[in-house]
Amino acid sequence: MRRYWWKILSIVLLLYAFTAGFLVKLPQQVAYEESNMYESMRNFFFHVPMWFSQMAIITVSLVYSIKYLRNPMLKNDWMAAEFAATGTVMGILGLITGAIWANYTWGAPWNNDPKQIGAAIALLVYLAYFVLRNSITDIDKRGRIAAVYNIFAYFIYIPMVMILPRMVESLHPGGKGVEGNPGLSGNSLDPAMRAIFWPAVLGWILLGVWISTLNVRTRVLEDRKLTIA
Amino acid sequence: MSNTKHIVALFRKDLLLEIRQQYTFYGILLYVASTIFVLYLAMGQPEDKVWNGLFWMIQLFICVNAVAKSFLQESRGRMLYFYSIAGARDFIISKLLFNAALMVLMSITSLVLFRLLLGDVLLNPLLFTGIVCLGGCSLSLVFTFLAAIAARAQQNAALMAILGFPLIIPQVLILMRISNIAFSDVIQSGLGQLIGLLVGLDILVIALSVILFPFLWKD
Repeated sequence: MRRYWWKILSIVLLLYAFTAGFLVKLPQQVAYEESNMYESMRNFFFHVPMWFSQMAIITVSLVYSIKYLRNPMLKNDWMAAEFAATGTVMGILGLITGAIWANYTWGAPWNNDPKQIGAAIALLVYLAYFVLRNSITDIDKRGRIAAVYNIFAYFIYIPMVMILPRMVESLHPGGKGVEGNPGLSGNSLDPAMRAIFWPAVLGWILLGVWISTLNVRTRVLEDRKLTIA
Repeated sequence: MSNTKHIVALFRKDLLLEIRQQYTFYGILLYVASTIFVLYLAMGQPEDKVWNGLFWMIQLFICVNAVAKSFLQESRGRMLYFYSIAGARDFIISKLLFNAALMVLMSITSLVLFRLLLGDVLLNPLLFTGIVCLGGCSLSLVFTFLAAIAARAQQNAALMAILGFPLIIPQVLILMRISNIAFSDVIQSGLGQLIGLLVGLDILVIALSVILFPFLWKD
């Protein structure tokens, strides 16, 4: 119980987010009067946490890449790779949930919105990371070069997703004019929505950590099997 | 003090190599000329927006080709030699400087060719030349570091393009926005801010290269 309480917390939070997300009363003004979102606004509880947790998960990947460069242990490299993989999956899910929503609200799944472009770049960057990893056969060299690329890419990617949406007009809610916020605009949320949104973010992050660490443990076991055999 | 001496020496070595083995230099020059000529045959004289887009796309490809060989040409033994006499940081700084200079030269050449062949659409040529120099530098900095990664992974320029194109998008987008100014007679607001952003990104890339390159180098 002491060690796996956060896994239970993740399940509880996600169950809460999934039920409350469909049941909560949406703010009349934002959902119906000022926009054409209507009930599709509920996607906010599912789509936005994907990107929040993708950010958190790739940051963990970055931390392990830095750790690998300071202390080249195989496990650090595996952690970096698996967290990057989970982050990529979250990104793909975020892109899909966004595209479904955009199809109803904006009329087409892809609108060249700056945030969509940023999302596509994120996926390309991390897919390139895996191509780079697989192109190197030597384990030590792979770890080091992949870690260097991971750090380099992260520090270009993060400023970009912070800058890009502010430079161009965005169709995203809260992105009118040049004040397109990369995350969410605080004033369109009422306290009831916040009370679902933030637990959902935490739940998805914990689930991401859970999936990644499981994958790393599988790798450790496979590696042990190979050394024994 | 000795650091600067090392950097200057390494920079001179690259320059001398370039002057003695001129086929690489002229190779890229010919690449620039023939690409733009093909573009001219395909497009004729396009309108402003297309001109601008094509120009920066061509810069991107020129940069990949110009910078790719900077690490691939160094043999393993020679790298070890440089490492023992100069150190990794001096080495990467000299490469960054050299490639930036090379890319500025190539950018200006392609600007001249673009204006000759694809039509002189610029309203503010002097400003645009400045933007092109800055843009050439920005592109070369990112691709120099990626060339180092690709060379260490023993891969060719294709991997460099895969790694680099997603990462270069912010720079290219900012450059396109800045260069729109050269096509219009109204001074757009926020120019200084955009240039500041670009320079900031460049400084970030240089800092990352200097910090990360020693790790890449070790074997």
